[in-house]
This record gives sequence, structure tokens and C-alpha cells, in this order.
Amino acid sequence: MVQLALAAALVLAAAFLWTNLRENLASRQIRSGFGFLREPAGFAIGEGPVPYTPSDSYLWALAAGVANTLRASAVGIVLATIVGTLVGVGRLSRNVLVRGASTAYVETLRNVPLLLQLLAWYLVLTELLPEGTDPVRLAPHVFLSKDGLQLPVPVWARGWALALAALPIGLLGAWALFRWARSRRERTGHTPQVLWPALLVALGAPVLAWLAGGAPRELDVPEVTTFNVSGGVGMTPEFLSLVLGLSAFTAAYIAEIVRSGILAVPRGQIEAAAAIGLSHRRALRLVVLPQALRVIVPPLTSQYLNLIKNSSLAVAIGYPDLVSITNTAINQNGQALESILLIMSVYLTINLLTALAMGWYNRRVALVER
Amino acid sequence: MPGTAEALAGARLPPVRRRGPWAWARANLFATVPSTIATVVFAATLARALPRIARWAVTGAVWSADYDACRQLAYRAACWGFVAEKHRLILFGRYPYPEQWRPLVGTLLVVAALGASAHPRCWRRWLVAVWAVVLPAFLVLMGGGVLGLTPVETGLWGGLPLTILLTLVGVSISIPIGVVLALARRSKLPFLRAAATLYIEMVRGVPLITVLFVASFVMPLMLPRQARIDVLTRIAAGITLFQAAYMAEVVRGGLQALPRGQHEAAASIGLSWWQTQRRVILPQALVLVIPSFVNSLLSVFMDTSLVTVVSMYDLTGALRLALGDPRWRNFFLEGYLFVGAVYFTCCFGMSRYSAWLERRLGRWISRPGTSR
Repeated sequence: MVQLALAAALVLAAAFLWTNLRENLASRQIRSGFGFLREPAGFAIGEGPVPYTPSDSYLWALAAGVANTLRASAVGIVLATIVGTLVGVGRLSRNVLVRGASTAYVETLRNVPLLLQLLAWYLVLTELLPEGTDPVRLAPHVFLSKDGLQLPVPVWARGWALALAALPIGLLGAWALFRWARSRRERTGHTPQVLWPALLVALGAPVLAWLAGGAPRELDVPEVTTFNVSGGVGMTPEFLSLVLGLSAFTAAYIAEIVRSGILAVPRGQIEAAAAIGLSHRRALRLVVLPQALRVIVPPLTSQYLNLIKNSSLAVAIGYPDLVSITNTAINQNGQALESILLIMSVYLTINLLTALAMGWYNRRVALVER
Repeated sequence: MPGTAEALAGARLPPVRRRGPWAWARANLFATVPSTIATVVFAATLARALPRIARWAVTGAVWSADYDACRQLAYRAACWGFVAEKHRLILFGRYPYPEQWRPLVGTLLVVAALGASAHPRCWRRWLVAVWAVVLPAFLVLMGGGVLGLTPVETGLWGGLPLTILLTLVGVSISIPIGVVLALARRSKLPFLRAAATLYIEMVRGVPLITVLFVASFVMPLMLPRQARIDVLTRIAAGITLFQAAYMAEVVRGGLQALPRGQHEAAASIGLSWWQTQRRVILPQALVLVIPSFVNSLLSVFMDTSLVTVVSMYDLTGALRLALGDPRWRNFFLEGYLFVGAVYFTCCFGMSRYSAWLERRLGRWISRPGTSR
């Protein structure tokens, strides 16, 4: 009975909203449907890995937005994990200065809204830095200015392509070595030391391929000209402030997760590992880390998902992510409902895929119960 | 292992417990070589940075709203004159200047009521009465139109009062919705359960900004043309419906923490499902998650800053409004530090309060998925 009533109420509400929608769209002469996706978008997009011109379709503009969202999120996740782990370990340091600094970092960043932090990063990067004609030199040929960050990149050549192709082969070889070491330990009880050989194989294969390809060493180096910094690969201030803001903010949450994960491993485990004669390093690798990861992975997943969702704040600082491109599109053609449905489904898909990937990883580290 | 026998045989004196500043420094600053290096690096950085920060923020700074004095600083020191000049715009947004005592009084009333609600000893029936007076009083003060107060349309509401209003509405209305959703998600009726689960997971999967876009762009299209619902109401509804999904998970955490015996005991004395929930389950589950509610209050308080993106002037938006003045634009850092300090004070206070409450209420449940 209750369910029938609920279903009826939902259907009625949907019908009510739908008729209103039809009427309003008709009276405001807004089209409906997803036909607009094939029409030319007509607006420019500042940056991104996807080649795009204003004459491309709306669909392609949205794809460029998705690519930008994923690019910023991926870099942000890597940075946030590194910084968060360092700060989380710092929170447990026996050194009072390290501990204090880590605590101050966590408390400050967690208690100020992310949007405010992003806006502040953006203004700092676009107002306080020197002009492009007189950039700060961070390292040889690495320049930071109001125009963003400029880095040297190798000029694309056959050697690099071969190296890239050889990387998976090297990794596969290293994995095979580990498998062999493991099966040998299980058969004979002796553990062959394969860490260095494996590293050699993993890195050696691309290096060999690079040498075989003629060892290209030409770099595209940024140079300061009278107008700006030219050459090399550039990162815009929008991208930099989004990535810095997102990762600094998320790192504060990851630090707390790492800290609680480490604290969750009882001291007795470390003592027991020492008692059966494991070295400190092997105790960390075989006893502490697996147990800490079990506690860390689920909340870490939700922080990664939060970071991806928070990357939508790019709209406030003008980084052309999915949401800001959709915002521009809505302002042009008024088809808000379709556009918003599209971004929501993209976020739901990204969320679902990340959750599945992390779930797979979580099952690997989870407790195997009999 | 060689040496073990000697170690067992040779008796050693018990370790001496050392006290005093030197022993403290040995343990906390110079325990190991890496620790000593860290101490030296940190101390050197602090020794260099602290005097500069003090000179920038305090001794060299201009405190009065003197534009010419600020310009002569040329970034060498802070110009708090920007905050002195614009503090009313930052705190109250575009609210009509001569009427700004009204949001001030309203905000003070709400803050006082919040203070009264903070201590568990005050969780009595009269507290409901207090809020029943304070909230309408706040809205009347803000909106006017009665008691001889000039009407002020909601489009002009802004600054800290707007942030507080959106937070309070978002949290207080999302709790009952969240309770219903949580009960539905644990219900035995499959359609009800599926509908609640779908809603919760969909909302938790999308960013708040898309929900605000729906409230700002799509909602007007979906409501009858006669029903003119202003932006503030739509945005508040959006925040509430978004937060309700998170509240549902918070409440579900509390529900799951209760042992099955509670349900069985209630059934054995013949209580119906509704009676069981109302008299037995919910009172216990909700008390368990009160600290989580405070944490939600905190996150909604910070999330309301997003309404800036849909052109509302809450605390963050009002700051950007103030920075729109080209004369003072260069002093954005001071403005951001000021607003950041306001947020930090509120949020840090709330998080300490939540931790205190958690200890005081004694029990706590932590469960992945219930906290953000």
C-alpha cells in the first residue's frame, strides 16, 4: 500500500514538473532534446589536451571539458596523496616542530572553504607574480610568472616513442621476476633478492629502447623573450591554482586518514614482527603496511571521489573543466536541463569507475577471512 | 643469535627517567639525527620567516582606511585599511547600508541561540520555544515589511547573515528528510528501499555545484509560471535536498549502531513499526549521531560558499564584491586573510565543540561512508 502510494506520488510529481517544463520551454521558445550537441559550439576553450576549435560541435567541447576535468583531477590526486602521506606521518613524528607544523597545516586547510582557497591561489598566481617578460627562474629553464609555469620538454622523436613502448615490457619483466621469486620462496624457503634486478629490468628496457632509437636529447627549452616566455610546455595559472588548491585541501584530509590508519595497527604487531626476527623494513612492509592500508583505503577512496567532484569549482577561477564549459553552453543556448543531465551523468560515471577500481584494490588488501 | 646469552645474564640498572627542559628537548627535538636535522631546518625557517611576517602583518601595516598610505606600502606590508574600509560590505553584502543594523541584530540573536543550544544541559523543551522565536525574528528583521521595517528583497541579502541562514536552513530541514530517507533505505519494502537508495547515491555522486545549477537554471523551468519562487528559496532548497542525502547516511550510521535486540525487545512488547521507530530506535540513534550533525553543520557552513558561483553574495561572494572596487583591488590578500579568519574561527570552534560533545556523549560510532 505504502509503496503504491509512493509510486503514484512520484509519477504525479514527475508529470506535474514535466507539463510545466513543456509549457515554460514553449513560452520562452527554448528548444529541447540533445540535438544541439551536433551543432558548432562557437566559443573558445583556453587549454586542454583535446584539440578543439570554436567550429567544433558542443559534444566535442564537452569532451574537451571532460578531458580537462580528468587531467586536473589526476594530477591533483597524485599530489594530494604524496603531500597527505608526508603530513600524516609528520603528525605522528616525535619531533615537536614537525608535529606542530603538520597539525597547523591540517587544521588551517580543513577549516577554510575550498572555494575561498582556490580564489586566493588564483589571485596570488595572477596578481602577485611578476609579468611574463620578467619571470621568476625556479630552476634552469623553469619559469614562473603571471602567464603560468613553463617547463622544458623533450622534442618528440623516435627514441621517445620506442621508450614509451618499452616501458610496459620492462614492467612486465619486473613483475615476472617477482612472481619467480615468490614461487621459489614457496618451493625452497629461500627468498632471492630481486628488488634491484627488477628495477633494472623495469627501467633498463625503456632506456635501451631510447638508445636504440638514436638517443634523442634535443629539448624544447623555454626562453625569456621581450614579450613573454616562449617554448617548452606551459601550465596556465588557472590549471596551477586549481591543482594546487585541490591537492593542498585534500591532502589535509588524507593526512588524517593516513594518521588514523597507522595508529590503527597495534604496537603488539610491530613487537611480534620483531620477535619472529623480521627486520624493521620487512616488518613495515609485511606487517604494518598491509594492516594500515586496510583501514586507509575505503576513506581514501571517498577523498579521491571528493577531489574529482570538487574539481567542478574550476568554474569559479575560469579553468575550462566540464562544469565551466557547460556553464558557457547553457548561457549560449539556454538548454539547461539537457546540459546539466549530461554533466551529472558524467560525474556519476567517473564516480562509479573510480569506486569500482578502488573496490578491486580494496579487495586485494582486505582481510582474507576463512 | 649471538649475544643473547650475555644480554640475559648481565643485569642492568633500570633506565633513569629524566626530566627538565634539557631532557624534554632531547626527546622532542634532538632524539635522532633526522630529527635534529628537521629541528635545525624548521628553526632556521621560522627564525627567518617570523620577523618578516610580523613586519608585514603587524608592525609595518596600515590599519586605517587610508588609501594613499596603503598605496605607498607597495606590498611591503599589509593594508588592513581595506578591511576597515569594506568590512560592512564584506559582512553584510549588498544589504541597504542604513538598514544594516537589522542583519547585525538578527545574526547576534541566532548566534546567541546557537550558544544556548550548545550545552547538553540546555537540551530541554524551552530550547524549541527559543528557536521558534529566534528564527522568525531573524527572517522578519532581514525581510522587513512589518513593524514599520522597510522591506528588503531577498536578492539583496548577503554576507555572513546569508551564510548563516543557508547553513541553518540546510541543516535543520535536511535532518528530518534524512531520517525519512535513512528509514526508507533500511525498509523491507523493496520499491521504497530502491527509491531511497537511488536518491542517496545519485546525489552523493554529483558535485554540489551541479545541484545549485539545477536550482538556479532548471527549477524555474519546472515550476508553474505563476509560482514566482525567488533565487534564495530555490538555492536553499537545493542545498537542503543535497545535504539530505548525506544526512541520511549519517542517520543510517546511527541506526546500524543499535543492536538488533532493541528491535526485538520493542516487537516483543507489541509495539508497531512506527512506535518502535519513534519511541525506541530513533531517540537512541539520533543521540548517537549528534556529533556528526555538528560536523555536517560545519561542512554545510563551508559549502554555502559555492552559492557565489550562482551569483549570490554570501561571505565569499561579498568579499569578491568588495574587491570589485578597482581602488582597493590590490589588497586582495588582506581581504582573503580576513574572510578566511572568519571562516576559520567558526569552523575550528565547531570542530572543537563536536569533539568535546563526542567525548561527553561518551559513545561514538565511526563507519566509512557516514562522514565526509
